[in-house]
Amino acid sequence: MPEPVLSAAHIDKSFLDNKVLDDVGIDLMPGEIHALLGENGAGKSTLIKILTGAYTHDAGTILLDGKPVHPRDTKHAQEMGVGTVYQEVNLLPNMTVAENLYIGRQPLKFGLVDNRKMERDARALLSRYQLNVDVGSQLDTYSVAVQQIVAIARAVDISGKVLILDEPTASLDQHEVEVLFGILQRLKADGLAIVFITHFLDQVYEIADRATVLRNGRRVGSRAMADLPRMDLVTMMLGHAIADTHALRIGGGRQPGGLFASFKDYALAGKAAPFDLDLHEGEIVGVAGLLGSGRTEMARLLFGIDRPDSGELTVKGKPCKLREPRDAIALGFGFAPEDRKVDGILGDLTVRENIAIALQARQGWTRPLSQKAQVDLADRFVRALDIRTTGIEQPVKFLSGGNQQKVVLARWLATNPKLLILDEPTRGIDVGAHAEIIRMINSLCDQGMSLLVISSELDEIVAYSSRVLVLRDRAISGELRGAHISVGAIVKMIAMQPEVQDA
Amino acid sequence: MNVRYWPLIATITIFVVAYALAVMQFPALFSTRVLGNLLTDNAFLGVAAVGMTFVILSGGIDLSVGSVIAFSGVLVAVLISQFGLHPLAAFAITLFVCTCFGSTMGAMIHYLEVPAFIVTLAGMFLARGVTFLLTQDSIPINHAFYDWVRQFYYVMPGGGRITFNGGLMLIVFLVGIVLAHRTRFGSYVYALGGNAQSAALLGVPVARTTIGVYAVSSFLAGLSGIVYSLYTSSGYPLAAVGVELETIAAVVIGGTLLSGGVGFMFGTLIGITIQGMIQTYIVFDGTLSSWWTKIVIGGLLFGFIVMQRVIVAASKRDWRKKPYAQSAPSL
Repeated sequence: MPEPVLSAAHIDKSFLDNKVLDDVGIDLMPGEIHALLGENGAGKSTLIKILTGAYTHDAGTILLDGKPVHPRDTKHAQEMGVGTVYQEVNLLPNMTVAENLYIGRQPLKFGLVDNRKMERDARALLSRYQLNVDVGSQLDTYSVAVQQIVAIARAVDISGKVLILDEPTASLDQHEVEVLFGILQRLKADGLAIVFITHFLDQVYEIADRATVLRNGRRVGSRAMADLPRMDLVTMMLGHAIADTHALRIGGGRQPGGLFASFKDYALAGKAAPFDLDLHEGEIVGVAGLLGSGRTEMARLLFGIDRPDSGELTVKGKPCKLREPRDAIALGFGFAPEDRKVDGILGDLTVRENIAIALQARQGWTRPLSQKAQVDLADRFVRALDIRTTGIEQPVKFLSGGNQQKVVLARWLATNPKLLILDEPTRGIDVGAHAEIIRMINSLCDQGMSLLVISSELDEIVAYSSRVLVLRDRAISGELRGAHISVGAIVKMIAMQPEVQDA
Repeated sequence: MNVRYWPLIATITIFVVAYALAVMQFPALFSTRVLGNLLTDNAFLGVAAVGMTFVILSGGIDLSVGSVIAFSGVLVAVLISQFGLHPLAAFAITLFVCTCFGSTMGAMIHYLEVPAFIVTLAGMFLARGVTFLLTQDSIPINHAFYDWVRQFYYVMPGGGRITFNGGLMLIVFLVGIVLAHRTRFGSYVYALGGNAQSAALLGVPVARTTIGVYAVSSFLAGLSGIVYSLYTSSGYPLAAVGVELETIAAVVIGGTLLSGGVGFMFGTLIGITIQGMIQTYIVFDGTLSSWWTKIVIGGLLFGFIVMQRVIVAASKRDWRKKPYAQSAPSL
């Protein structure tokens, strides 16, 4: 057994009182590709930032070649041998390929940059990656895939021991992924330790030798891919025992009403593969899938935030077009986004203003809601949804997470929507409020509203959904109905082997 | 053809076409005398514009340039006429003070994370205010050294003169071109303008570069003030009001993106020449109001800003637009 190149053990990290890493460790062997997996908030990026010197750890040790190291910053970590390539390629699009490879260490001649030697070196360096580009051209004339390889070439050239790739394949197509994997195989053969972060399980099984899974800031385990069945891996990531299928079911016996909205062949390149989706009145459609499976992208399309490349929408039998969210609101859609702090609430405005704003927007600015109408509206929803606030004039940012979520819900309910899209409605809110939100979702549905709920809480989805869509790799990979809905069935569908690839 | 050369080529084309049209109307414009005067008259503007080019390439802005020019001119005049210092000593002190002023602004922009617009706006008021503390009136400079410097000129074929000031501007541009395109400092400036966060991750010394950029700008504004005092033989606290905006106009007309990271020092020289040519044309015509300079510059600026937006959009388009089949992940 060779010694690990880099070995981190018992790493703790807190932000204020919030412990984001708790006794986490990872060992990287020379010549291995090590997948680092976990859902949102598992602590992957915090761990990476500690290894690359962007954050300092509170406790624990990092050994590089057996010696303890304390990377001060990214540059220091690079010089010691740990290089990183981020998802959003961190290069300079306005400079040439050669300058990007050598900036900060350009060869000099009489104190001036020796451009000819720099370009010669750059060509030699890139030829090892079988990348034949004009190194004197501006970087942004090349595709993301080429930029990715340039970034890798730079990182390996400077660091040369450990290469960390943060979601390198997120914006690459099938062929580009294969080219990238070819390069990774060669670097692996050269004895580099490679950390590979991704949400695509198929790619993990294709390229990785071992995987370390994090969940909620803890290490669930490190296993060799060869003896890690897909079901086990998904279970490690989601933390559900497969036996646990006796979750409460309320949505099962519900009879959906008439067809409300029908999306046909909706697609957006790189975000969502073509899908068909029918939404009925009085129906809750649950959407499940791992992070990065295209859940939020789908919601954004349905609400008109992103415009599809192709596809048709009919609402109540009439063809419609969504050019922007205003069109969706006019059709009676509502959308409570995933990150309510960023996309949902207007923190400095009061509860009253936050509730009234969507209705006001729909009426148009020529017909302002009177102060009294706003107060009535706010009072009604504060009572109906039991929003805990010192008064309707309190700024929303002082409310707890669950109450903020209720304000966002109230905003849409005030417009009396026909279709409500909820992206992670229960994230980051306490248990009591959690149950209330679920109860509310159910009662809205009973009143005949059509709901589409995205959630990573599988129990929750199982509890209220009339139907469950499972997303994988930005496409709908399956649908469960009625009695077939269970946590186990959803996990099985997420983990399912892909069918014959015909991309 | 690389899209980043478009603005430069557009500038050169506009210059050549406009100059040809002007020469058709007034054949006398086609002479080295006109060229020599143009260089002399715009020398102080050109020197300051070199500094502004660095600032804008780095993604910043420097509004204090005009005030620093006035401050430098007045300080030189005070040191020579009231303290009896030799002009060379006065120049050295002035340039040192100006450089320190710019470094301080750069340090504030970097360490306090205040937008350059705000810091240099404060610098603009500060420098102008201090200038008025030094004097309320114009201070004449009568020194043998000034007369001695003025006798230096190079006679071009055709009788045009490149004076000391005009020659100095050309030398500053030459040094600026080498500094921008052939040194590590220059590449750091472009890197900052491209993406400051990426630049930091790639190991570019962001603090040193930011401070350096504003130090260079204020140093050159100081030098520009000295050139201005040689030109007018005096120091005047109300001099060079709004010159920072004229230099910004020259930089943008010269094809540098206002958002930073893209552009050429040589373009700024063309930008200055275009401005000078418009003024010369108005003088030749004799009936036009000198405000036509501003109107034409304004029109050109609008045109260039629109063109820059188009170019930025065009450079983003080619590879991101792909048919679905290619960019689909494994389905």
